[in-house]
Amino acid sequence: MTVLLALGTAKGLFLARSDDDRKSWDVSGPHFPMTGVYGVCIDKRRAVPRLLAGVTSSHFGPSVAYSDDLGATWQEPDHPPVAFPQDTGTALERVWQLATDPAGNPDRVYAGTQPSALFVSDDGGVTFELVRSLWDHPHRPQWAAGFGGQAIHTILPHPDDPSSLVVAMSTGGVYHSADGGASWKPGNSGIQATFMPDRFPEFGQCVHKVSRDAGDPDRLYAQNHHGVYRSDDGGVRWESIAEGLPSDFGFTIVAHPRRPDVVYNFPLAADAMRFPPDARCRVYRSQDAGKSWEALSDGLPAEPFYPAVLRDAMCADDADPAGVYFGTRSGEVYASRDEGDSWSQVATHLPDVLCVRAAEV
Amino acid sequence: MAVTVLVPSTLRGEVGGVKSLSVDASGTLGIVLDELGRQWPRLERRVRDERGALRRYMNVYIDGVDCRSIGGSDAPVPGDAELHLLPSVAGG
Repeated sequence: MTVLLALGTAKGLFLARSDDDRKSWDVSGPHFPMTGVYGVCIDKRRAVPRLLAGVTSSHFGPSVAYSDDLGATWQEPDHPPVAFPQDTGTALERVWQLATDPAGNPDRVYAGTQPSALFVSDDGGVTFELVRSLWDHPHRPQWAAGFGGQAIHTILPHPDDPSSLVVAMSTGGVYHSADGGASWKPGNSGIQATFMPDRFPEFGQCVHKVSRDAGDPDRLYAQNHHGVYRSDDGGVRWESIAEGLPSDFGFTIVAHPRRPDVVYNFPLAADAMRFPPDARCRVYRSQDAGKSWEALSDGLPAEPFYPAVLRDAMCADDADPAGVYFGTRSGEVYASRDEGDSWSQVATHLPDVLCVRAAEV
Repeated sequence: MAVTVLVPSTLRGEVGGVKSLSVDASGTLGIVLDELGRQWPRLERRVRDERGALRRYMNVYIDGVDCRSIGGSDAPVPGDAELHLLPSVAGG
């Protein structure tokens, strides 16, 4: 089994490859040195998986590059792959998310951007067009920027229904479409906005990440800016599943790729204390859709641990048993080849890890 | 006459490795960069965003003068000018 682990960092993309069932890893890179790689996607709908990377140079701006040889070479079109139309008067700042559509067009790829917008590609991620319906949404002028900027960082196409799509943004909240992206409704009922006078607004929440359950496509998990939630109706209403976690703050949440009701989280102490609770490096796993949580630390650092794990810096692969991965702002990367029971270090001393994605290739 | 565009080493990969380009356009910086974009779109989009605005940490010197001090995109560019594209100090 060969597994590819893509590590997007603040200063480029690193690729880790394991040919021995994830026991050892060879790390190469940086690709795109001195760019922030906020979004990476491994598109396995092709004979040879296509890698897509959203890269941003502080000098030369943002772009999306792709590789059809697992990262040996990269291509970009002459013209910007993601760009706002002239009439918007807006310039792309960053691509935060790249996601494939599992149910519809096999060449469809979505991009979530800063400022908050959704783009769609029907040529495998080479060129993208703005999804006007969301850009023209009447709520958009009221979407605000969090510390990381105003961005759509989560795109969840439905696994079976190409007309159903969920996106999430900071700040703005969760929006969903049931008509292939022609129209959008907010879906934030029950999600608290601790930084607003109205604690439960229709929209405006600072959702940090949303992940979809493996068994029930209508079951979603959300890590909010304070608050961990589950929705059982496709992201319309949400209920807290934070009980049992040491904190309801954090950035990332990842559902298991195959096992229903299994979800992973990396809590941080609080908004004003963005360290792992008690300075202990622990992943939390629920195997009952958030009713209870267990701390996982076998193989993780035992000494005081202060780095955070950002919203896209945790993922699972599609192997069996599933691998689970996370990278830290201190440039350490850990992997579990047994669904979280035990962990080992893949890399250390990298730049800040912004995103990770892994797949059997 | 043509405007000479000096390409920084970090961007030469976008133009086949050459150090300078000859652009047959003049008048204003915007006009010259528009023509640069027609010939070398991957270079131009590293210098300007899709609105045509100069990227924050990219500088363009027109015969040694920072374009931002003489009008930005409207800065005059004579037909025999030398444009020097230079990344500014940024990053950490």
